[in-house]
Amino acid sequence: MSNSLKLSVPEGLPFIDYEREFDFPVADVFRAHKEPDLITQWLGPRGMKMEMDHYDFRSGGTYRYVHTGPEGVPYEFRGIFHTVRENEFALQTFEFGGYPDVVSLEFMTFEDLGGGRCRLRGHSVYPSLEARDGMAQSGMEGGMTEGYERLDELLSAAKV
Amino acid sequence: MISDSTALDSAFLALADPVRRSIIARLSRGPATVNELAEPFEISKQAVSKHIQVLEQAQLVTRTRDAQRRPVHLNPARLEALTAWIDQYRLVREGQFRSLDAMLQSSAGQRGAKAKEQ
Repeated sequence: MSNSLKLSVPEGLPFIDYEREFDFPVADVFRAHKEPDLITQWLGPRGMKMEMDHYDFRSGGTYRYVHTGPEGVPYEFRGIFHTVRENEFALQTFEFGGYPDVVSLEFMTFEDLGGGRCRLRGHSVYPSLEARDGMAQSGMEGGMTEGYERLDELLSAAKV
Repeated sequence: MISDSTALDSAFLALADPVRRSIIARLSRGPATVNELAEPFEISKQAVSKHIQVLEQAQLVTRTRDAQRRPVHLNPARLEALTAWIDQYRLVREGQFRSLDAMLQSSAGQRGAKAKEQ
C-alpha cells in the first residue's frame, strides 16, 4: 500500500505543510535529497529535462538547476542551504527564476520511524499569501507540468 | 483552505495508477460495464473489478443497478473538485514522492543483489 501525502495549506498564513512516510530507512531518503545524481532521478517531472548546474547539500552550500520543457522553455530554480544536518534536518531557500526575489524558506525534517521506515515533514514559508498562491501556481509551470498535464488529460477527457 | 481530507487523498491515490486512469478516460465517453472496461486490458476481470472498487471508494465513479448490467459511471464533479491549484500542487508532490519511492526501491534492489553476490 502506498504512503499517502498529507498536505495542509492554512487559510490566512503563507505556509504549506506536508508530511509523507517512506518504507525506506531515513538514511536512504536523506541521501536521495543530498546526492545530485539521485535528485535528478526523482525531483524533475517526467517529460522534462533536469539539468543540474550545481547542488551542494550542506550548511552554507548553494544549488541551481534548470528544468527544460519539451518546447525548450527553461525554468530555473536556485537557492542556499542554510542548515543541513545528516539524516535529520535541512533548511533551504527556494527561488523560481520566473518570480525573481520571491524567495521561500523550505524546512525539511527527516524522522526515523524504526523498522526501516521514516517520515519526511516539510514546512514552506512564503513572503506573502499572494506569493504562496502565485508561486505555487507558476512554480508548477516549470517543476510541476506533469501534474497539470495528467489532470488536463483527465478533465478534457471527462468533458467529451 | 484546508485540503488534507481523506477523500482527496483517496482520489489522488486512485488516480496514481495508469490502469485506473485509462478506466476514467474510457468512462468519460459514457458509462460501461465491467466486461466492457476489462476488454482493452491484458489483466483479469477480477483485477479490473478491484480497480473499479478503488475508484468507487474514491467517489470518482458510481455504479447503478440497471438489471444485471450494473454499469459504471464517471462522477465528473469529483474530478472537477481536483482542479484547485493546491490539488495540482498535491498531485505534483505526490508524483515526486512516488518517483522517490521507485528510485529507492530500485537502489535497494541493486544493493540486495550486490549483497547476494558477495
